[in-house]
Amino acid sequence: MNKTIYFGLLFVFLVVIQVFVLNNVLFLGYVNPYLYIIFVFIYPLQKGRFPLLFLSFILGLSIDLFSDSGGIHAFSTLSIAYFRLFFVKVFFRKFENDYPFFKLSLEPFGKKFNYVVTLTVIHHFILFSFANFSFQNISHVLANTLYSSLFTLILYFLGIYIFSKKQ
Amino acid sequence: MQQLIYFFQKFKYFLFFLLLQFFAVTITFNNLNFHKSKYVNSANKITGGLYNQVSNISNYFSLKSTSEELIEENIRLINVLQQKRVTPFSSDSVLIDTVKYFQKYTFLNAKIINNNYSNAFNFLTIDKGENDGLAKEMAVVNGKGIIGITDNTSLNYTRVQSILNKNSKLNARFKNGYFGTLKWSGLDYNIVQLTDIPRQAPVKIGDTIETGGKSTIFPEGILIGTVFKIDSKNSIDKVIDVKLFNDMSNIGAVYVIKNLHKKEIKSLENPINE
Repeated sequence: MNKTIYFGLLFVFLVVIQVFVLNNVLFLGYVNPYLYIIFVFIYPLQKGRFPLLFLSFILGLSIDLFSDSGGIHAFSTLSIAYFRLFFVKVFFRKFENDYPFFKLSLEPFGKKFNYVVTLTVIHHFILFSFANFSFQNISHVLANTLYSSLFTLILYFLGIYIFSKKQ
Repeated sequence: MQQLIYFFQKFKYFLFFLLLQFFAVTITFNNLNFHKSKYVNSANKITGGLYNQVSNISNYFSLKSTSEELIEENIRLINVLQQKRVTPFSSDSVLIDTVKYFQKYTFLNAKIINNNYSNAFNFLTIDKGENDGLAKEMAVVNGKGIIGITDNTSLNYTRVQSILNKNSKLNARFKNGYFGTLKWSGLDYNIVQLTDIPRQAPVKIGDTIETGGKSTIFPEGILIGTVFKIDSKNSIDKVIDVKLFNDMSNIGAVYVIKNLHKKEIKSLENPINE
């Protein structure tokens, strides 16, 4: 399938799933998966970084529009979109010449695990500290980050296990 | 000049990143400010319309509990009516005294189409807007108690700042008349905090808290909750935990209350507008 159409559809699908299904999970009253950030993980590596930065900002902003949270999702999604390249270099040792051939699903599980876990935890920590907006209830922020990251990661790895094509 | 262009060339991604981050932070700050939040909220045509569609479907799952709640409220109202029926007028004549017009509040029904309660700053969306006469700073309640204050309106939808919002502050009192300020700490969605209570006020666990009527938004005597835990120290910054009558995670139909005297009261309080 054409890549632009594929990522456009993925964008809409992730927003709808996040807003109408996952935002209503609220396990134990507050633990929520934020699966929409996988858009940032699997967006292809390119030389120009403007499309990813802009798209991740818009993605976060659309989630914000629905959940009345100002710009916190936009802020945190944009942050991991900016720092993504750094972690790609650290975990996969890929440089500019390798970008066109890079595919997340073909990478070994260990490296992929580090990459996904790091970005998820960073995103959730920024998100919850910004949502809390004060230094009170810091333990609440940390607990929320931990449990929600676990939830997101379980969903993500279950998802790729179920939907990956076995050859 | 050359150096400047080189600088922009080198840091263009970082500068773009900073620019977008700046937008995000601005939106967040404006959202937390009751008087400025205008653009990014769920009370617009697209998000409001989508939420309305989804809630039309999901409402079927709560029909039973909604009807039970309505019956409960009807029974309470019928009982109140029965207590007042001592006037000797026969039932075929209705007394309308147009000279004495005492009505102070009008009520309007609405439906919650989006409900948040797990963040520190929560908002709800309801399916009535400016077309139905809604405006900023109106009270939103249901049969069990208070829910919030209207915040942003579009033509058909309104965003409500929930009582479960760290910015919400409202006047509340005990049945015996001592009043204080109701806030929320941001932790448990069943428990809100009552502060600024006078030291001499006798407080017992289980006492009922209701709205105080010292603002132009809420009428007095609307139920809030019962005293759940009392701070052991008897000082000026004493905090009382109040358990809400409403289960904020499970609310559907609400009433919006409009104060007909609001303009008059406001013009008295701020005579600068003259």
